[in-house]
Amino acid sequence: MTGTIDHTVINLTVFVLAVFVGYHVVWTVTPALHTPLMSVTNAISSVIVVGAILAAGPGTLDFGSILGAVAVGLVAINTFGGFLVSQRMLEMFKKKDSSKSTGHK
Amino acid sequence: MTANQVALSYLVASVLFILSLKGLSHPLTARRGNLFGMIGMAIAVLTTFAVTRRVDLAMGALAIGGIIGYIVAKRVEMTQMPELVAAMHSLVGMAAVLIAIAVVNNPQAFNVEFPIPAGNRVELFVGTFVGAITFSGSVIAFGKLAGLGKYSRLFSSAPVVFKGQHIVNLVLALAMVGFGVVFFGAAPEAQWPPFIAMTAIAFLLGLLIIIPIGGADMPVVISMLNSYSGWAAAGIGFSLNNSLLIVAGSLVGSSGAILSYIMCKAMNRSFFSVILGGFGATEGATVTGGEQKAVRSGSPDDVAFLLGNAEDVIIVPGYGLAVGRAQHATKELAHKLTAKGVRVRYAIHPVAGRMPGHMNVLLAEAEVPYDQVFEMEDINSDFGTCDVAFVLGANDVVNPLAEVKGSAIYGMPILEAHKARTVIVNKRSMAAGYAGVDNPLFYMDRTMMVFGDAKKVVEDIVKAIE
Repeated sequence: MTGTIDHTVINLTVFVLAVFVGYHVVWTVTPALHTPLMSVTNAISSVIVVGAILAAGPGTLDFGSILGAVAVGLVAINTFGGFLVSQRMLEMFKKKDSSKSTGHK
Repeated sequence: MTANQVALSYLVASVLFILSLKGLSHPLTARRGNLFGMIGMAIAVLTTFAVTRRVDLAMGALAIGGIIGYIVAKRVEMTQMPELVAAMHSLVGMAAVLIAIAVVNNPQAFNVEFPIPAGNRVELFVGTFVGAITFSGSVIAFGKLAGLGKYSRLFSSAPVVFKGQHIVNLVLALAMVGFGVVFFGAAPEAQWPPFIAMTAIAFLLGLLIIIPIGGADMPVVISMLNSYSGWAAAGIGFSLNNSLLIVAGSLVGSSGAILSYIMCKAMNRSFFSVILGGFGATEGATVTGGEQKAVRSGSPDDVAFLLGNAEDVIIVPGYGLAVGRAQHATKELAHKLTAKGVRVRYAIHPVAGRMPGHMNVLLAEAEVPYDQVFEMEDINSDFGTCDVAFVLGANDVVNPLAEVKGSAIYGMPILEAHKARTVIVNKRSMAAGYAGVDNPLFYMDRTMMVFGDAKKVVEDIVKAIE
């Protein structure tokens, strides 16, 4: 065996393992929480903001960095809005739980 | 920070994201899960700021977007969740496209070699076209869900179909891949034209894929776009060699895919038949020929009498409850009945409403205790012994034709409301459901129809129960 491992191969390894983890974790989510699941995953996919911050930050102000800043602004709506709206929904599921019983399936 | 430290803190963020989804397995742990997600995101963002040369632009943009996100999250009504989620998918898709353009413009800013290696170009291509399809598809889905059909036919909740639609889509998809291939091999100074062409085609394709899909298939569409937004993020992660983006994107991608699968199964339709669209447009014409059958219609007072004298009531909420915003009135009704000693439960079909879990959130908002809310398989056997099944704005999900071979919806799992001793159905009119199939439930001797807006009807029933 010779040579170093290509980036793409490492990426692929991470990708395949993460898909497996995602698959198994998501099947455990209770159907009653499918809407919050969507809003939480939505917020998580806004981690793409990391790429946008890099795009906005090469130091010089040019076409690319402006696009990056626009992307940060757009996706920050998700980052904040996604988690907050999930919080709001999940609070509702909490309220009645304290009232009585956990008889839900 | 060294590259290793950055990679490690991204690892911590990735683990937190996984824990965040894991928390959603139960309502009791869900809020903690969401908190993990927030912490993970904060770590990811702060780490990235620490290694970025210029942060003022991004911080300003983050603040503006954050404030908008905060306001939207506080103000949005629970009945508007499907639209909100669709709108948010579109933002992720657009961000993926913008980042990809920035990478092509200046790869070194992302520690990508110049000229961009062929492998990274393939990944950029995937991230870009999936992002573009996610964006335009989600915009159309948003329009359909928000009822913007009156402004443009593109947003009509009825399927928009035209001749040769599938051929057009296929040709466009091939052209997009063709430009992608040109982009893979193009010299740095010649890479923009094929890149722009393929991105433009992808935007158009996203629009064309979603317009033929009708309103009640939205649970599948919105899950699918959820999945795409994840794959787009993962694609960008590949091209930037960023494992955090790959992990987070894959989690979201597989989550959306599983939800799409669950929704398709709950309609007994294949994913492809939903995506190819046009359901209801063809079958709808065949059922109108039948003779006009008589229905028994009643007033809210009659319903109040029936419910008040029942011992065991199952409420079946559907899209009509969401449209009429009747969840609070329904809770009030259930409350009054419970006070009279009536046992009240809710039966939720997986595709009731416009997105997965839509009914559960609305009932949760109205503070319906969740030991009263049941999934289809847990309550279906109880319809046979309950006194009254009260169907509130649902149609296809309680259509007994699903058990009849040869009907358009044959095989779809349904809530067996027709087995109840008495069935009360609230609908706005006698119009057929989304599938365009008549519903024999409405014509049964044991069925009473109450026409009108769900909220108004339920409020009148509440008033009549004393």
